[in-house]
This record gives sequence, structure tokens and C-alpha cells, in this order.
Amino acid sequence: MHGNLEPTILSRSGSMTAQKSLVISLYFTLALAIFPAFTFAQEHGEEHSDLQEAEEEFNATEMILHHIGDSHGWHFFGSGDNSYTLPLPVILYTENGLVSFMSSEFHHDTEGHHVVEKDGMRFVNLHEDIYRLNDGATAVEFDAEHHPVNASKPWDLSITKNVAAMFLTVILMLIFFTSLARHHKKNSHAPSGFNNILETLVIFVRDDIAIPQLGEKRYMKFMPFLLSVFFFIWITNLLGLLPGAANVTGNIAVTVSLGLFTLALILINGNKDFWKHTLWMPGVPTFVKPILAVVELAGVFIKPIALMIRLFANITAGHIIILSLIGLIFILENAGIAGVSVPFALFITVLELLVAFLQAFIFTMLSALFIGMAVEEHEHH
Amino acid sequence: MDLITPDFGLFFWQTIVFLVLLFLMAKFAWRPILNSVRDREQSINDALASAENARKEMQNLKSDNEQLMKEARAERDAILKEARELKEKTIASAAEEAKLKADRIVADAQKSIELEKQSALAELKNQVAELSVEIAEKVVRKELSSKNEQRQMIEKMLSDAKLN
Repeated sequence: MHGNLEPTILSRSGSMTAQKSLVISLYFTLALAIFPAFTFAQEHGEEHSDLQEAEEEFNATEMILHHIGDSHGWHFFGSGDNSYTLPLPVILYTENGLVSFMSSEFHHDTEGHHVVEKDGMRFVNLHEDIYRLNDGATAVEFDAEHHPVNASKPWDLSITKNVAAMFLTVILMLIFFTSLARHHKKNSHAPSGFNNILETLVIFVRDDIAIPQLGEKRYMKFMPFLLSVFFFIWITNLLGLLPGAANVTGNIAVTVSLGLFTLALILINGNKDFWKHTLWMPGVPTFVKPILAVVELAGVFIKPIALMIRLFANITAGHIIILSLIGLIFILENAGIAGVSVPFALFITVLELLVAFLQAFIFTMLSALFIGMAVEEHEHH
Repeated sequence: MDLITPDFGLFFWQTIVFLVLLFLMAKFAWRPILNSVRDREQSINDALASAENARKEMQNLKSDNEQLMKEARAERDAILKEARELKEKTIASAAEEAKLKADRIVADAQKSIELEKQSALAELKNQVAELSVEIAEKVVRKELSSKNEQRQMIEKMLSDAKLN
């Protein structure tokens, strides 16, 4: 996970690096103020020390982007060859068919140095993008702007860290809610304990989101989608706050996919009234109608796009703030800053707990609202 | 910018995963949970409604009972009143009848007394007359043995008659 940082710090003392990874790890483990009073001397692979010596400074942007981005392995702690990483399958669709191997074969390399040979093709991991080297090439070559010139990107369908985290959410949801469903199958009494909390939340989605937006008659049809999306986002948001977890809902690809589900439901379920009001608004002068049609049609697509961006931006922003506060310690090169920035980060983390729920609620609420607008029976004027 | 460029692989997986999640959850979790919750709410509402009905029925029953009681009391009062009136009427009519009968008896008695008295008087008169005639006959037979005495007699009688 600190692959990008290592070269920048190795030029300084080894213990400084250790402090840094220790603090970041401890923050994510405990979210508590720990002064890096103790160090652990960990020898780092010297092979990196001669690389990018120009990058003397700690690069907070790179560190943050690295943390909120996706990766092919699930890193927990440590760095370089000493890092503890859960290897995940890399699945690539190339011209020669599907290729798959474990991410551990890159040996934690994200700079394109370690070449993996598979099925006669050579692959490198360049900042978590997998490139396939052109036939005959044995090492990646860069142009002036640090873009590879002798490699191309295959379709990357890897089970990345985010996909794995997604699976975790799905498994948790299946465990939680099938247990609640089993309870209901056995008896008709109100459940107790954790199941009761889950049922309260299900009823919250039904009574405070679905029924007010969709109406008593139509809400049942959309309940599976609304419940799934609500709990998926919420649980994923919460898991994303855990130490070493993935930033799934803060990834634009994930929110685009979720937003497209809402868009699809709007387009599929939009009734005649909805399309009439969108394309040929009744009750306005004829020359206004085409103008309104353009605006309304754009609105149909902008609504889900707003959903995608809202969720992505909120969750990513939260992570960036926390990481920035932690990064302050290294930017200012003063361990004492931890005394200020870690409590702040803790405060933001607690705030993020609220945001996790709020964003799940808003996404579901607005999805229900947009779908409700599309299926609503308009009174005829 | 990597941050705002959707990654195809992740998009692909998210879509697949969400579709699978939607299907599994709808089938194994959401439908059973929602149906069961709805059934439970229905049964709670039904129970509340039936309790309310029972309460209303109870109230109705109570007011019915009160109504019945009231009616019964009114009927009793009416019967008692009627009986009292009947009693008074009976007594009054009996008294009147008795009085009439007594009056009639008294009148009859008086009438028969009168009749008896009349007949007794008539008989007495007859007997007095007969006796008078007999006496007169005897007197006359004795007195009128001389002419003188006869004249004296006639004169006396005449004077008596004038006095009467």
C-alpha cells in the first residue's frame, strides 16, 4: 500500500518510514492518538533506494489517491516485501482469451518493474493498471510524460480489493437478512436482538422512504431494489471506515453502476404521463414545449448522475479529509502534530459514521423520489 | 484523472454483484420479511379493531340492559297504577250498588208497610163501620120504640151534624 511512498522516504532514515507506516497502521487500527515515541527498525528492500531520488518529499496527494483508489491486492499493513497483503485474482481479457493469476505474482510492485509471464504474454502492474507488454518487449518503456509506449491495457476484470469488499458486503447482507427471514418463517412474533434492529431498519426504509415517495399502491414493486441499495450502500460505507478497508462507495465506477440501476428503473417504469410531461409538457404554450422537452429530458439523466456524483464525492471526501489529517504529520515532519490531527481525524471518522448512513438514506430516498415521479399518476388539469 | 474515470472492471463487477444481490435478497430475504411484517401488522390491526369492537359491543350491551331495566320499571309502575285504579273503581261501584240495593229495599219496605197500613186501616174502617151499624141498629131498635124518643133522637143527631 505504501509502494508509492517508499522511494520518497527511503532517502531519509529508515526509522522515519517505520514511524509513518506505524502511525498510519495504528490509526486505521485504533483511530486513537498514538505518539510515535517508539520506532521499529525495519530493513527495507534496498532495491528501491536508488529509484526516483528526485522525489525527496513526502507526497500527500499520491498517498491519499493510493488509499482511496482500487488495487489488485488487499493490503493490510507493512510495506514493500514485508507487507501483509491478501492476494486477489487478476483476471484479464486479452486478444488471446482470458488470463488469470494471483496478484501476489507482482510481488507488491506497482511501478511496472516486475513482469509476470502468463500464457506467453507479459504483464506489468503500473499504478494498479495492468498493462500487457507488446510481443517481444521484456520491460516497460516510458515516454516523456511517463506513459508506457510499448504496452497496451487489456480488459481488466480482476477481483480487485473493491470487488472483494463488495463480496464481503453481499455475504454479510445474505447472512443478516436470511437469518431475519428464517426467524419470520418460524414464527410471527416480533424478532428480538439484532434481528429486531434489522427489522426496524427494513420498516424504516418502507415507511419513511418507499411509501411516502411511491405511494401505498406501488411501493411493493420497488422495495427489493430500495432495500438492497440502502443496505448495500450503508454496510459498504461502514465497512469502508474500518481499518485497511476498501473505499468501494467512494469509487465512481461503483456509484455509476448504482445510479444506472435507478435510471433503468425510471426509464422502464416511467408511465405515459411521465413521458408526456417530459417530451411534450401539457399546459404551456407550444413554442415553449420543445425547450422544456430538452430541459426535462436532460433532467431525466442528470438526476441519476447527481446521485452517482453525490455518493462518490461524499464518501471520497470523507476519506480524503481523514487521510489529509494523518498526512499532516508527515508533511510537517513532526510527530507532535499527531496530538492534534489524530483527534481531528477521529472526530471526522465519527462524523463519517453519520455520513455513511446519511448517504445511503439520501441515495435510496432520491431513487425512490425519482422513480415515484416517473410512476405517479398526474391529475389532469 | 484516475479518480473520476470509471474503471470498467469494477463497473462490470458492481453491476453483476448488485444484480445477484438483488435477486438473492428479493427471493430469500426481502419478500419473506416484508410479507411477514405486513401480516403481523395486519394481525395487530385486526386485534386492535376487534378489541375496539368488543368494547363497543360491551357498551351497547350495557346501554341495552339499562334500557330494558328502565322499560321493566315503567311497566311495573303502569301495572301497579292500573291495579290501584281498578281496586278503587271496584270499591266505588260496589258501594254504589249496595246503596242502590239498600235504597230499593227500604223503598219496597216502605211501600209494603204503606200497603199493609192501608189495608189494615180499610179493614178497621170496615169493622168500625160494621160495629157502628150494629150498634146503631141496636140503639135504633131500642131507642126508637117510642115516637118521642125518635124525634129527640133525630133532633140531637141533626144538631150534632150541624156541629160537625
